[in-house]
Amino acid sequence: MKTLVWVEHDNSHVKDATLAAVTAAAKLGEVHLLVAGSGCAAVADEAAKIEGVGKVHLADDAAYGHALAENVAPLIAKLMDSHDAVLFPATTNGKNIAPRVAALLDVMQISDILSVEGPDIFTRPIYAGNAIATVQTSDKKLVITVRGTAFAKAATSGGSGTVEAVSGEGDKGISSFVGAEIAKSERPELTSAKVIVSGGRALQNSENFHSVIEPLADKLGAAVGASRAAVDAGYVPNDYQVGQTGKIVAPEVYIAIGISGAIQHLAGMKDSKTIIAINKDEDAPIFQVADIGLVGDLFKIVPELTEKL
Amino acid sequence: MKVLVPVKRVLDYNVKPRVKVDGTGVDLANVKMSMNPFDEIAIEEAVRLKEKGVATEVVVVTIGVPKAETDVLLTARAMGADRAILIATEDEVEPLAVAKLLAKVAEEEQPGLVILGKQAIDDDSNQTGQMLAALLGWPQGTFASKVEISGDRVAVTREVDGGLETVDLKLPAIVTTDLRLNEPRYATLPNIMKAKTKPVAKKTIADYGIDVTPRLKTLKVVEPAKRTAGVKVGSVDELVEKLKSLGVAK
Repeated sequence: MKTLVWVEHDNSHVKDATLAAVTAAAKLGEVHLLVAGSGCAAVADEAAKIEGVGKVHLADDAAYGHALAENVAPLIAKLMDSHDAVLFPATTNGKNIAPRVAALLDVMQISDILSVEGPDIFTRPIYAGNAIATVQTSDKKLVITVRGTAFAKAATSGGSGTVEAVSGEGDKGISSFVGAEIAKSERPELTSAKVIVSGGRALQNSENFHSVIEPLADKLGAAVGASRAAVDAGYVPNDYQVGQTGKIVAPEVYIAIGISGAIQHLAGMKDSKTIIAINKDEDAPIFQVADIGLVGDLFKIVPELTEKL
Repeated sequence: MKVLVPVKRVLDYNVKPRVKVDGTGVDLANVKMSMNPFDEIAIEEAVRLKEKGVATEVVVVTIGVPKAETDVLLTARAMGADRAILIATEDEVEPLAVAKLLAKVAEEEQPGLVILGKQAIDDDSNQTGQMLAALLGWPQGTFASKVEISGDRVAVTREVDGGLETVDLKLPAIVTTDLRLNEPRYATLPNIMKAKTKPVAKKTIADYGIDVTPRLKTLKVVEPAKRTAGVKVGSVDELVEKLKSLGVAK
């Protein structure tokens, strides 16, 4: 089976989420990549070095600059003439584009796969991760998004792919990119961090969030996450949100501070290797999944912990 | 401009899903069903557009069991939708087939904007809006946290991995809602009473001539591997020791 993987990139480097999709694709067959963007030739060269990669299709055109689904989906649909499957990391770009490609090809997309059980059989979470469905597709072409935390990352070296330029229909003229507000952070990226320190509503306000959570995260070299309650209350921007509707993470260690552990939040972090919970309510649902729990006032515990580390 | 809002009846978000012991799915017998939370946000946004004088009519549509008429479509009308369309079926319909049915409804209704939830909290697919946009050849503004219409364009601020981004789309367009787009209003009792007089057009899938045969077959549904509660430590010092043994702290 010839598979195509959408490369998630920032115009200079391949993003980690891509590497898990490459691993999933390799279970299906020969791996080709698509690097689409504007002025992204360097990304294609980097992508060609990913282990196990054959061809890298490079679509370098102003129309693909901001991954607008209207422009990119027809390009991918055309490449599917010579591929059997296309895989996307389940990033916001992947989720935005993949279904549009699937509809153009008249196939049902398989969202957020956790495993490849056969050439046409996959597992995926439903009901916020409270159930795992095994599904078999009857479609001839496969369109799949891959949960990044469910697959190992392919090595970024050792590959010897060849870069080949491709072109599509360019700008469809129905959408344009206006601008972005990207939150700046010097900490590791949430979805690829080994350690995550996450805060919830109990932090009470933005100042506390910054003064309590962040020093601990910095001490541990951790990324900072948040529950939906903390995001909705405006303590931190929404791209910090871990959960069914935010980011899905599976770090080595997840430290949940002042987070009760609603279903929606657990869906985003319950595959973490070790979960540590700090909460004053000993009946909080988070303690039912936590490997290590400490009951008490976070405003006393967390500064003391930061101090002692 | 007419706004079309597709809604879905799903297991209430507060209910913990129970996987059936025979592995055929999640048990939906005798459990509370409600409107998908993202769809409530979609209706709220459409109604606000009407209140601002941007939209002239809000039409809701659902594909599902006939019972959806009394629960979700009534709620939708009580929130301010003008009329409803029920496409009745007892079968589960996949996002691709839903998108095809909605494309037919859009051809009939000619809306200027279709607002959908970004995903249903049961199948968690996050596909229907994008598929509908593809089938109609319309632009899409997914995961919207802000929608601003001016003339024949709509500016949609989207929640993306790194933060927010804004796209400018040519109408007619598709928008899918993220949780932060708005705070949906409650359907009050007088509005629910009034909603009962608002029309519901009853249709079947056969009326649209769409093949809804599933492409995906569910072989089994199981519970995820259970995590069990671990240990509780009594002091910060013990927690520090644990972190050291995990190799997280030095």
